[in-house]
Amino acid sequence: MKVKVLTRNPDEYLRETKRDIHKVPRNYDPALHPFEAAREYTRALNSVKLERMFAKPFVGCLEGHKDGVSCLCKHPSQLSTVLSGAFDGEIRVWNLAYRTCTSNFLAHDGIIRGIVFSQSGENFMSVGDDKTIKTWKLGNSSLGQEEPINTVISKTIITGISHHQIRPIFATCGEVCHLWEETRNEPIRTFKWGVDSLYDIKYNPVQSNLFAACASDRSIILYDARETGPLQKVFMRLRTNKLSWNPMEAVTFTCANEDYNLYTYDIRTLRTPVNVHMDHVEAVIDVDYSPTGKEFVSGSYDKSIRIFEVNKGHSREVYHTRRMQRLTCMGWSLDNKYIISGSDEMNIRLWKARASEKLGVLRPREKAALNYSEALKEKFAAHPQIKRISRHRQVPKHIYNAKAEIRTIREKVNRKEANKRAHSKKGAVPFVSERKRHVVQQKV
Amino acid sequence: MKPAGYRRRERVPISKEKLAKHDKGEGIDLKAKSTRIKNKVIRQKLKKKEVVYNDTVKDTARTELLLTEDYGCLEADCGEVTVQYKQKQIVDNVDITAAAKRFTLNLEFGPYYIKYTRNGRHLVLGGRKGHVAALDWVTKKLACEINVMESIHDVSWLHIETMFAVAQKDWVFIYDNQGIELHCLKAMYKVSRLEFLPYHFLLASGSKEGYLAWLDVSIGKFVNSFNSKVGKIAVMTQNPTNAVLCVGDTKGVVSMWSPNSKNPLAKMLCHTQTVAACAVHPYGTYMATSCPDRSVKIWDIRQLAGPMHSYYVRAPVEHLSYSQTGQLAMAMGNVVEVYRLSTDEMKPYMRHRADWTVTSMQFCPYEDILGIGTTKGVSSLLIPGSGEPNFDGLESNPFQTKSQRREAEVKALLDKIQPELICLDPVAIAEVDTSTFENKIEAKKNLLYLKPKNIDFKPRRTKAKGKGGTAKVIKTKKILKELSRKETIDMLRQTDSRSDTRKTKPQKDYGILNRFLPKSNKKSN
Repeated sequence: MKVKVLTRNPDEYLRETKRDIHKVPRNYDPALHPFEAAREYTRALNSVKLERMFAKPFVGCLEGHKDGVSCLCKHPSQLSTVLSGAFDGEIRVWNLAYRTCTSNFLAHDGIIRGIVFSQSGENFMSVGDDKTIKTWKLGNSSLGQEEPINTVISKTIITGISHHQIRPIFATCGEVCHLWEETRNEPIRTFKWGVDSLYDIKYNPVQSNLFAACASDRSIILYDARETGPLQKVFMRLRTNKLSWNPMEAVTFTCANEDYNLYTYDIRTLRTPVNVHMDHVEAVIDVDYSPTGKEFVSGSYDKSIRIFEVNKGHSREVYHTRRMQRLTCMGWSLDNKYIISGSDEMNIRLWKARASEKLGVLRPREKAALNYSEALKEKFAAHPQIKRISRHRQVPKHIYNAKAEIRTIREKVNRKEANKRAHSKKGAVPFVSERKRHVVQQKV
Repeated sequence: MKPAGYRRRERVPISKEKLAKHDKGEGIDLKAKSTRIKNKVIRQKLKKKEVVYNDTVKDTARTELLLTEDYGCLEADCGEVTVQYKQKQIVDNVDITAAAKRFTLNLEFGPYYIKYTRNGRHLVLGGRKGHVAALDWVTKKLACEINVMESIHDVSWLHIETMFAVAQKDWVFIYDNQGIELHCLKAMYKVSRLEFLPYHFLLASGSKEGYLAWLDVSIGKFVNSFNSKVGKIAVMTQNPTNAVLCVGDTKGVVSMWSPNSKNPLAKMLCHTQTVAACAVHPYGTYMATSCPDRSVKIWDIRQLAGPMHSYYVRAPVEHLSYSQTGQLAMAMGNVVEVYRLSTDEMKPYMRHRADWTVTSMQFCPYEDILGIGTTKGVSSLLIPGSGEPNFDGLESNPFQTKSQRREAEVKALLDKIQPELICLDPVAIAEVDTSTFENKIEAKKNLLYLKPKNIDFKPRRTKAKGKGGTAKVIKTKKILKELSRKETIDMLRQTDSRSDTRKTKPQKDYGILNRFLPKSNKKSN
């Protein structure tokens, strides 16, 4: 007779000392883990609830400006340094880590229209309503009146500025588009198309000869510094306020439009936008891309911030506080973790880019658990209960009501179009897609 | 350039059986020709996911290399069979720690009912005459011993070894491991069978009057309780893979119950006489039933088909129990026989003659032990190869410390499965709910083809030229018809069109997915 009965040596299963960790033998045999689907569903439900519970995106507020914040500028290499310009001509340098203002000075007479860092990050240029471009040195925090390193007086009004990614060149916009070199006081190139003034200009961060501007004749103009004139122009139904290039895809940019929507364009096919991002209920004022190029943040006149995924039509997140007024400028920090917003009521606010993310160092087990719940949420995302909870957002009453109103308006338009279609000759009232609807014409 | 002596590291090959054991199904058809997914991007995403799934299956199968313990076994010498070996012989041939696990307690308050905890470490026993004891049977350390001064009909552990439920003369009581009465559940009246569903935290009971009740022990609320209308519930077990209760009745029918419906989910006519005992395989594949006419049948309860096997044994089987490895113990009078599956047939493996009639029986999880309660005590038998040798420390751990137990309790509570999810198919929640979606589309479609009401329309007589005429009348009629159709559609939309269909049609049952129906529909159940 040969017999063997299970006997386990307790020493192999118990820890030796109290300082030791507990031994946890694993056996992944599916028979020992019943109800896999139901348990995973429960975990997914719990984690999606926890996500909403921990969604506290507001990090802090930087106060100090005496007028509304007009523009924000991120440092290209220091995460903690941010510049802000106000409507009263004051520039403030902020340390985000300490949430303090390191220096402030009156830079321009009138509104500050734009601030950019030079490619090295040592100097920054600011433009204002006083037709000047001033170059300042960062870290020159001697209290009292600061003097610019250089002041250029332009012949035309300047409303925006953007710096080349690598070379010491920057572009300004206003009545016309100028290209400047840092060392020279005269523009090296001038681009002009039509008579309308430009509101915003942005250099492409990848294909660094390209830049785009939005004009007051409701158009977006594309320039190439290697060509003699502007490349092409696309007209939209309403004016574009700001635009932002995708930092990972050289060919796409997103623009914030007056008609409550954002449009993502591919410069190869400017005739139709690749995507229309709806959800705001008033004009969108500013937009900025995340450094990953997968998402962007937009600030609107409806006192809310929304985060969109690039390939989705609706926002994944909305941020608002009672005290925050109309948004004027937005920024997504270069570590992909924070969002900075400047608004009318003189405050700069710091938000988390992912509302329920835990800040600080994560231990490996914590990280693994978060990854696991993230995977589960994705797996069960289509379940009605989970979908409902993860989608649910509390919005202010004025947004809620405006949304309902917009919905009725849209229904009305659709109904009217359908009626027209039903009562006219076949093909006389064609179906126009939402993407094509907002573009008027393209000029080359 | 690869360095000299470079050899590609091959991963350890995995046998096909192991892969099949961990297999998660065949996956989605993504071949360009036959696939039904037209979008290329989605197809690509799914392809990546399939790769991850396949890798997971391979990796989990490969981890079996790391398992440390091996199954117990009993092999007969030439000319002998395993059935002839007595417990005495086995005890003599095993090491001292294993031999210590074979013991007999002679007690006077019998007949005894026993239950092991889920990790197999603790044992609770209840004697018909009121004796209750809880003990760590490995170290033989007694946790508590009381006499409840009432008759006892069944005992059951709750989710941890600090609490157990006892079905007494009238009501069910919950005691802690010091014997202190924690709760008296008067809503569970004259209970004859208790079962605990560990992942749902439900204490299920079947009563002498045929009532089934489910109590959520984590929040103390009754999930459901109703009369099952099968008469006295004397045979009740749970299916460990889907938490459905299998109740055997006097007519030979085994019915399967979930707390979500007052009708059984399924009924199987297993015997032509009373079902005397019923046991479900831990994998949820087979169910064994027995009958006083000495027959034992094995059923496939995933397909609800069978019998797969049917046997006649020498005496009527009164108790059945499945071990973790699929061995089947049958108790007939004072004889216990253990059968095991060998080449598609159940063969007798071991036999034991107890001193007294066996009144309850359970295989101890993660041990080669079969515990039996008799009319005059409790004893444990060594059945080599019956227990799973490698436990999963996060699922159930026989060597659990107090702090580990506390942590595991919290974790288990977080993962508590809602009672609505109890249904025959345990993976229903992970499947695509096509039926509800189809119904939704159908309802929308029907709205379009609503037949317009007949309009009784009589035109005014006008004598003015050009105002009357048949063409004009037909045109007006058409407009009115369209108007009335639109009106009814609007009305239907506002008054929740689905509630109307409910009245005309009997409510369709989606089982587990009923929870996603709109609330107005749910009330009708």
